[in-house]
Parts: sequence; structure tokens; C-alpha cells
Amino acid sequence: MIPAAFDYVRAGSAEEAVSLIAEHGEDAKFLAGGHSLLPLMKLRLAQPTVLIDIGRVNDLSYVRDGGDHVAIGALTRHMDVETSDVLREHAPLLAHAASHVGDPQVRHRGTIGGSIAHADPASDLPAATLALGATYVVQGPNGTREIAAADFYEGFLTTSMAADEMLTEIRVPKMGGAGWGFQKFNRRAQDWAIVGVAAWRRNGDAGVALVNMGSVPILASSVASALAGGASIDDAAEQAAAEADPQADLNASVEYRIHLAKVLTRRALEAASG
Amino acid sequence: MEISVTVNGATHTSDVEPRTLLVHYVREHLGLTGTNVGCDTSSCGACSLHLDGEAVKSCTVLAVQADGTEITTIEGMAAADGTLHPMQQAFMENHGLQCGYCTPGMVMAATSLLQENPSPTEEDIRLGLEGNLCRCTGYHNIVQAVMACAAAPTA
Repeated sequence: MIPAAFDYVRAGSAEEAVSLIAEHGEDAKFLAGGHSLLPLMKLRLAQPTVLIDIGRVNDLSYVRDGGDHVAIGALTRHMDVETSDVLREHAPLLAHAASHVGDPQVRHRGTIGGSIAHADPASDLPAATLALGATYVVQGPNGTREIAAADFYEGFLTTSMAADEMLTEIRVPKMGGAGWGFQKFNRRAQDWAIVGVAAWRRNGDAGVALVNMGSVPILASSVASALAGGASIDDAAEQAAAEADPQADLNASVEYRIHLAKVLTRRALEAASG
Repeated sequence: MEISVTVNGATHTSDVEPRTLLVHYVREHLGLTGTNVGCDTSSCGACSLHLDGEAVKSCTVLAVQADGTEITTIEGMAAADGTLHPMQQAFMENHGLQCGYCTPGMVMAATSLLQENPSPTEEDIRLGLEGNLCRCTGYHNIVQAVMACAAAPTA
């Protein structure tokens, strides 16, 4: 399968990329690692007429200690998130989740910013960063703004970024000392999660987010509230699907997804409490 | 669009359509047909080659994205005198192939894996090759071959 024809332009910087997307309009798409976009283009599920290649904007590939948070450049590849010493120390949940994206070849090309901007509810990193209370930095024609992960995902493959904005950085609060768990249930090693759960706990606080339990990644606030109110892990995990709106597909019925969400939330919380 | 890539040590300058996939560029423009097209959906790994030293799935990379990079395909693994790469030798000695269709991709993924983790456990190898499917289900001997290559003094 070969994508439909398109025009190809390269951006050397975020400023140039934002300027190019303004010039080419809504039929243009940013191309980062291409591991979400190119498969869709081969299937004609996406048919942009212009691709703006931001894959060479190397100054957006970094993991930096930002004081109270870790700052990750949007073009940082999954493999570099997975192996980052800074993330392994301060946000091990995210480094671990990145190690479960696709397979090594995919992780050599795919980027954290591409995965988040694509906003597939079945992807691991949108939910992992949502659980961690991340902030996303986006750049537009009038400068940059910050969007909380909880305000970012609006619908299936749809975000609160404007068409002329580009995701440039992901900021994850430091979670040193927090327990964490990541559960991904699938049939084959490299598949998307049928259901996944990212969870952390520290003192009385907790964060839980669900993969593939709705049209967007789901923040399971009821689980965190139950834990804060003194509920046991088993009882809190029963609330796992309270905010979810799962769909049935070839892999799982709605009822099975809800069952998986509860079981995987319990397991993730047990790991986070160990 | 004009691109310039170094493939197996030789520099090629070519005019390609932006939608040309790297696997088709390598196979059809350069005639290097050792890299196979399997699923064409970045699942099976048959099209794996090395881009700047790391295994990638060339059915999910545009040739224009590879402009300026160094590529190694299965044809570039053996020495000029025909001496097999240690990973190829290990696949041969351990019967790590049956029909052979997945083999180029397996060899490219396995060598990339050993560069990142020179002393993998069997579990590391099975996880490290999760992106490569063998429809003969010859995984046992493939894993044995990679373990043998990792243990060999030349690897």
C-alpha cells in the first residue's frame, strides 16, 4: 500500500513548522516519526495534501530536569523516553509505559509528541501522561501556551490544540518516591492494549488513567477519590470504569472491557502499593 | 524530490516521489530485494533494515525521511569476500530459518538488539524480537541463534 500523493515540505524549527501549517491550511499535517500517521495514510483513513516533516527539528528531542518536573521534547523517540535516566528516576511509570509501545523498531521512530498529538485512546502514552498530571506545551502563531492533559483530549483523535498549533513539550511532575503500576492487556506482544491502566500512589494521593476505555484516554477519578477516602484497593478498583465509555470491537465486548479495567486497575494499584 | 542516501556503504542520489516508501525505494530503485514486504502494516518486521544503525520498519518510513541517512540492508551484512555476518552464521548453524521469508528482517532486528543489549537473556531476546513475526513459527531456533551469536567471541 502506498499513500495517496502529497506535497512534502521540511521544517527546520518549531517556528517554521507553525508558519508552514498556517500557510498550507487544514489539509496539511505534521509528520514526526510517522508511525501513527503513515499507516493511516496507507489505508486512506487520512489523506493530507501536504506533509510538514518536523522529524528533523532536533532541538525538540530532549529529556531535561525542570526542577519540579521533567520536560520532554515532543520529538523525543519512545526509545529515548524508555531509556532516559532522568525519567527512570523521576517518572518511572512513563519510562516503563514507553517501553510497551509497539516494538523496538517502532520505538526507534515513533515520538512521544506524535503519539500524544495523534490522541489515539488505545495508545499508552496519552493515558500514562494523563495519569501523571502532565502539562503539554503547544506553540502557535502567537506564541506558546500550556494545556493540562486533563483538558487536552476532546474526542477520538481530537485534541484542544488549534489547527495551527504544534505540540512542543510534555511536562511531567516529578514523582520520586511514588509507587506505580502499568498494566497492558493484549493478545499479541506488539498490539495495542485491549485495555491498559497506568496508576501511581504517594501518601494519600493517587492517579489512575485507562487506555482504550472510551473515545479518549480516561482519567479514573473515582478510583483516586475512593482511595483518598480510605477504600481498599479491591473496593477502589471496582470504580475503575465509572468515568469510562468503552466500545465493543473484535477483541472485546463492552462488558469484558469493564471487567478488564477493574482487574487491571487492581493489579496496577497493588504494584503501586508494593 | 531529490534524496541522497548511503546504502551498504555506497551513496545513491535519486529523484523520488514523496510518497515512495523506503522499502520500495530500496527494492525497486536500488534493486536490493533482500528486504521483504510482508504485512505492509508495520506489524511483521519482514521489511526491517538499519537506519543510522538502528532497526526500523521500512514499510512505515518514507524515502524522503531517510534523506541523508546511512542504511544497511541484509545485502550489506556479509563481508565483501562473502563471509557471513556472525548473526547470519548463527542463524545457519542453529537452523534459525525455515521458509526464510522473515529471515532478513529477523537478522536486522537481532543485530540491532545486540547493539543495544550485548548480553541479553532469552526473555530479552523474545521481547526484543516482538516486532518480527515468523509464520513458520520457527521462534525457538531463532532465539537459539541470537543467543549463540551473543555468546560467540566475535559477536
